[in-house]
Amino acid sequence: MRPLDILGCKLSSSVTAEICELNFAYAKRPVLKGINMRFPKGKLVAIMGLSGCGKTTLLRHIGGALKPSEGCVKVGGQVIHELDQDGLYAMRRKMGMLFQFGALFTDMSVYDNVAFQMREHTDLPEELIHDLVLMKLHAVGLRGTQNLMPSELSGGMARRVALARTVALDPMLIMYDEPFAGLDPISLTVVGDLIRRLNDALGATSIIVTHDIQESLKIVDYVYFMSNGVIEAEGTPDQIRASDKEFVHQFVHGEMNGPVPFHYPGGDYRQDLNLQA
Amino acid sequence: MAVANTIRGIGHRAIDAVWRIGMATRFFFLTLMYSGSSFRRFHLIIKELFSTGVMSLIIIVVAGLFVGMVLGLQGYETLKRYGSESALGVMVALGLVRELGPVVAALLFASRAGSAMTAEIGLMKATEQISAMEMMAVNPIARIVAPRFWAGVISMPLLAALFSAVGIFGGYFVGVVQIGVDEGSFWSQMQAAVDFREDILNGVLKSFVFGVAVTVIALYEGYDAPPTAEGVSGATTRTVVTSSLVILMLDFVLTAMMFGGK
Repeated sequence: MRPLDILGCKLSSSVTAEICELNFAYAKRPVLKGINMRFPKGKLVAIMGLSGCGKTTLLRHIGGALKPSEGCVKVGGQVIHELDQDGLYAMRRKMGMLFQFGALFTDMSVYDNVAFQMREHTDLPEELIHDLVLMKLHAVGLRGTQNLMPSELSGGMARRVALARTVALDPMLIMYDEPFAGLDPISLTVVGDLIRRLNDALGATSIIVTHDIQESLKIVDYVYFMSNGVIEAEGTPDQIRASDKEFVHQFVHGEMNGPVPFHYPGGDYRQDLNLQA
Repeated sequence: MAVANTIRGIGHRAIDAVWRIGMATRFFFLTLMYSGSSFRRFHLIIKELFSTGVMSLIIIVVAGLFVGMVLGLQGYETLKRYGSESALGVMVALGLVRELGPVVAALLFASRAGSAMTAEIGLMKATEQISAMEMMAVNPIARIVAPRFWAGVISMPLLAALFSAVGIFGGYFVGVVQIGVDEGSFWSQMQAAVDFREDILNGVLKSFVFGVAVTVIALYEGYDAPPTAEGVSGATTRTVVTSSLVILMLDFVLTAMMFGGK
């Protein structure tokens, strides 16, 4: 294995997480090819790209769920894949992750979902946990739902409760996997606004994996565009909007024609229809 | 070519089966290893005892009653040919305590509680609840699997004992109340012939082993289920089929060890 200093994994104190020359393959199919990213402290960074381009795989590397084939992911100065299970769990206590559809525990009430990590990882008295849970729920505007079960919440409400659960222990790094998927326009704006405000209030660093270009560009500080396992473009939202790169232009404006083809590669159309030439 | 494909298919299935047995064994030992926190927070086990044990009570009681009644009827018909109707109580009790109680209760437990455990854990996986727990630095084996495992292991012998008790009552109802077998001989012969260590404890031991087997199979299938609707339904079916076969196989092995050749 190549030494990390050769890979250039030197973490400055202002960077919460850093990805260096990350390569990863499922079986023999390469998914990530030489990815380099930096996530500065206090910033909100989006990772965008088409479905299957490796965004969620990247997030799973940061969370330590996958080990890179080559390269490394560093969080808080520690190389994630070199941690043992105790070390990884200690690191994950400093992270939060919001899953695509919330992933609330369906056998627990809203209150118990938000209190879950506090009860698992701290010795706080129940009275204090009660106050903290209500404060977290109040921050996402859902204090009144504390006694409801997840099945009684709408999609947007479930996402906001999951957000309250994600920030329950005030993490230094928050990851969002498609936080806007399936939300109505109002919920989408509410969730986007909450992500920005919570990040700033906690002084945390946030990574958003999303397809929702318009909502994301409103709230993030920096954007990485991925395609086929490599970074195609990067920059601030203004730079991305003004980009003349074909891929970025097609993605930002949702155009059908461009470097991303409409048709999945297939054989000759006439031949498939058994037509004479 | 077809023969080669068939042989390849058989080989692939055999390797897959051995691999799954190995993974299930590893899963079982991991569950034991992470069981400490379940006992420190016993309320987690009590919660699962309700859904696995208490919620299985109705099916166990009803099935036990009818099995006992059938045993009473069939036993009476057979014993009458030899003029031994008074031994009906012994026959019903031994049949239930040694064999039918543990086996039928375990089969019902696998269908009722085992399938529910598999579906619940499979769905938790499909909806990313298990991944969320891992990302919160909470070990899902310790938090989700271990309490369910111990709830299953504790429930099974109690349900089997209840099944046998209700079954004996069913046999009593048919034999004594309906047919008219002498009540005194029904109970006294049973009391004299049923040995606590030889019959009752061995029956409890059987149901304990069945409880471990069924619960491990159910939990492993759920934990290993592909996170799709088809994956969860397949895992639930496998739980019931595999558990049933393993119960019957283990029953033969345990019966041979406990009572064979005597």
